[in-house]
Amino acid sequence: MSRMSWGTLGRTLLGRLGGMLAVLSLVSVLVFLLTRLAAGDPMAMLLGDQASLQDIAQARQRYGLDEPLWTQFLLWLGQVLQGNLGQSIFLQMPVSQVLLERAEPTAWLAIFSVGLAMLIGVPCGIVSAVWRGRWIDQCVSTLAMLGASMPSFWMGLLAIQLLAVGAGWFPVSGYGDPGADWLTRIHHLMLPALVLGTLNSALIIRFTRASMLDILSEDYIRTARSKGLPEVIVVFKHALRNALVPILTVLGLTLALMIGGAVVTETVFNLPGLGNLVVRAVLRRDYPVIQGALLVIAAVYVIINFAIDVLYVWVDPRVRHG
Amino acid sequence: MNQSQPRLQVRDLHTRLLQASGALPLVRGVSFDLYDGQTLALVGESGSGKSLTALTLMRLLARNARWQCTGQALLRDEAGQTHDLLSISSQDMRQLRGNRVAMIFQEPMTCLNPVLPVGEQIAESVRLHRGLDRRAARAQALRALEQVEIPAASQRLDEYPHQLSGGMRQRVMIAMAMVCEPQVLIADEPTTALDVTIQAQILQLMSRLQQQTGMSMLFITHNLGVVAHHAERVAVMYAGQVVEQAGVAELFAQPAHPYTQGLLACLPGRARQLAKQTGRAVPLQDISGQAPAMHALGPGCSFAPRCRASLPVCTAESPPWRAEGSHRRLCHLGEQP
Amino acid sequence: MADWAGALRTLAARRVVLLALVVLAVMLLLTALGQWVFAHDPMAMKVSQRLRAPSWSHWSGTDELGRDITSRIFYGARYSLGIGAATALLAVVFGTLLGLLAGFFRRLDAVLMRLVDAMMAFPDILLGIALVSILGASPVNVVLALTIVYTPRVARVVRASTLVIRELPYVEAARAVGVSTPRLLAVHILPNLMSPILVQLSFIFAYALLAEAGLSFLGVGVGAEIPTWGTMVAASAQYADRAVWTLFFPGMAIVLTALSLQVLGDGVRDLLDPRLKGAT
Repeated sequence: MSRMSWGTLGRTLLGRLGGMLAVLSLVSVLVFLLTRLAAGDPMAMLLGDQASLQDIAQARQRYGLDEPLWTQFLLWLGQVLQGNLGQSIFLQMPVSQVLLERAEPTAWLAIFSVGLAMLIGVPCGIVSAVWRGRWIDQCVSTLAMLGASMPSFWMGLLAIQLLAVGAGWFPVSGYGDPGADWLTRIHHLMLPALVLGTLNSALIIRFTRASMLDILSEDYIRTARSKGLPEVIVVFKHALRNALVPILTVLGLTLALMIGGAVVTETVFNLPGLGNLVVRAVLRRDYPVIQGALLVIAAVYVIINFAIDVLYVWVDPRVRHG
Repeated sequence: MNQSQPRLQVRDLHTRLLQASGALPLVRGVSFDLYDGQTLALVGESGSGKSLTALTLMRLLARNARWQCTGQALLRDEAGQTHDLLSISSQDMRQLRGNRVAMIFQEPMTCLNPVLPVGEQIAESVRLHRGLDRRAARAQALRALEQVEIPAASQRLDEYPHQLSGGMRQRVMIAMAMVCEPQVLIADEPTTALDVTIQAQILQLMSRLQQQTGMSMLFITHNLGVVAHHAERVAVMYAGQVVEQAGVAELFAQPAHPYTQGLLACLPGRARQLAKQTGRAVPLQDISGQAPAMHALGPGCSFAPRCRASLPVCTAESPPWRAEGSHRRLCHLGEQP
Repeated sequence: MADWAGALRTLAARRVVLLALVVLAVMLLLTALGQWVFAHDPMAMKVSQRLRAPSWSHWSGTDELGRDITSRIFYGARYSLGIGAATALLAVVFGTLLGLLAGFFRRLDAVLMRLVDAMMAFPDILLGIALVSILGASPVNVVLALTIVYTPRVARVVRASTLVIRELPYVEAARAVGVSTPRLLAVHILPNLMSPILVQLSFIFAYALLAEAGLSFLGVGVGAEIPTWGTMVAASAQYADRAVWTLFFPGMAIVLTALSLQVLGDGVRDLLDPRLKGAT
């Protein structure tokens, strides 16, 4: 890598960081407002429903809950940033603890699914672009469209019928017994990851194909060919390097789809993850949990996208130099 | 003038674009020779087929369209063997490209890969064709940059195209094309996208390099001024055909084809000269009409609709070649009007 | 732009797109005329006929309450397609407004786009769930919730196109001549956004369809009594092992419709985009 101008690089990164913080603030505002609309007092939620009316009245005074809305917001935010996300109404546990417990299956599911989606998506997209118009391109493109049209829960249910109940290759549902070893856990995650991964590879295929097609018709590809370079080098060294930026973009988008998809998939496969938690919390009106989960999930998504932004800087020299 | 054998002989080159509605002829029977140490300028307006001629020779036509190319392009290598660029296998062609025949393009910004350092783009050519290892190739790339007179060459090796100015990028393109010492260099309007002051520098550089290496050059341009100072022979193209071919001095002194005459008459410099000679104000000339649509060409001469001296035979039959020594033209008109 | 007949012809020239159009047309027709076409009443429960496999009298079999699945699918289509279409229309209208303003007025851009980023930080389903839980379960609320979910996405696309169109020479020329800003937006810029807008309409319809199905499946959608395709799949989940057709056919309806919409969207995009590029 060439020597980077740390001045411009630093400024670019700082700019991105600022943007991320701005979005995070807006996210917290949105969550605050949403919760307020749904259930009244977010601050009362942090105190827990065990608090009596008198406690709430006292807290009201102490925390200034009759203050204007934005003060309430800041107080609430202060608590959140200290890690106090309230107490779950149904599970009788601090929300932060619930979230931590449930994070593991969702995290693994997301990682495996995204990994599978990229593993299928990028090569298929490249093949589709290089052999554009031919039989293989039409096949891949059609399959990609099909994948984007299938509801994940439908495919999940059918997959369970076929591969778990029918063929018996995978467990039907759940995450394994508490204390099960990691191999069992992975076995339980395989089918959901398969479903989620293949469906979400559709977007990656379309994106990769589109970017590669754009890039392969650029002038500098013609220059590379004019030097007599073999086509393999032209595609992988010259074209693909340029496609990394759009591919990173679609990685970010896929992550969002994955989290959304996880919500449904966890329900279908009965995995004790964050998605499942949110759905149950909504059905049971467990507002502290809903609030906490929304905040955490959105924040994670924003931070991951920031990380991808940082990767752009490394991948694309034009961004590096401002 | 070099009377030895030509380095590249192009005979009857035809390039047709295959569309649903039929084959559209875009290059129609182009022939010319390139000699070592000499430059042939291929002149014509946009759409005359000059870039397509170059791309056909290099077999770099756009891949999202289907083409039909006929004719011969015989390249003589150092051992005296001839290769027909149009009929050899893709693999053989790839070995020649960037190695024996190289090309530089018009827009240096879009023609260089934005995510690879400039030095790497030069070095990979050398690694491929000369089998050098990374360090040797890098040294060679450095030498190539110095040869094209880029200041602070060793620093530039690791820089990216967007960090260089337009003139420097074009120098990089030239370095890239020349690093393997090709016998033929095709330059497709290399200075058109550059500032006027830089243009002169680049052209001088190219002349110098040609003198040093003895390579032959096909210089494509629409700028007659450039032609006058940097080429030995000129071929004028119109509607996919070469309509006149001559030595530079001859062409400028006695243009034989009505189109060439029109082109030269359009030059403001000419009008000024004539005004000085005759003592009267001379209006600027133009060639009325527009270049023909390639799918609607008639049986006769393609220039006839715009020609001031056209005869009935001009629209009826396609014109023959008429030659006077090494000066030839595609025209029905018997004597110079 | 006014050449609708020609556009339709070019669009239908590609076999896949033609197929998609036909599928959608048939779907709409059967949905509208369902009660006269299908022999069975979609609401009629016949417990003796429950969970029957597909046969000549029941093409897709019967569900757990003995109702004919085929006619139920086309009856439920009213809700599923209706919600999808309404969401698409509203999201496109609001999204275009937002995107146009953000793309044109630089000062609004920063603020609006941060808001859009913040809203897109929540995955669709999650935001949908949260909003429906606030608003309550009903078709109208689902439309409202999904509109809020998809408006930012449309806004992003429209903004990107606006940024490009804003720089085109004839827009500059119109400005230089003194065209007022509202007129500039409405007459010069908006018509050129038609291409991405139409494409988005098709895709958002498909996404909304899938999202509604997801929400209904989770039980936070329209409410179990209303027969959308999503609720049908949800109800069938427990019978999947013995009566897979209860699961299969409603799901296929979703897949076919979403697929056709996306193929159509792609077709429209291919048709109109080269023209947009030609403008530059």
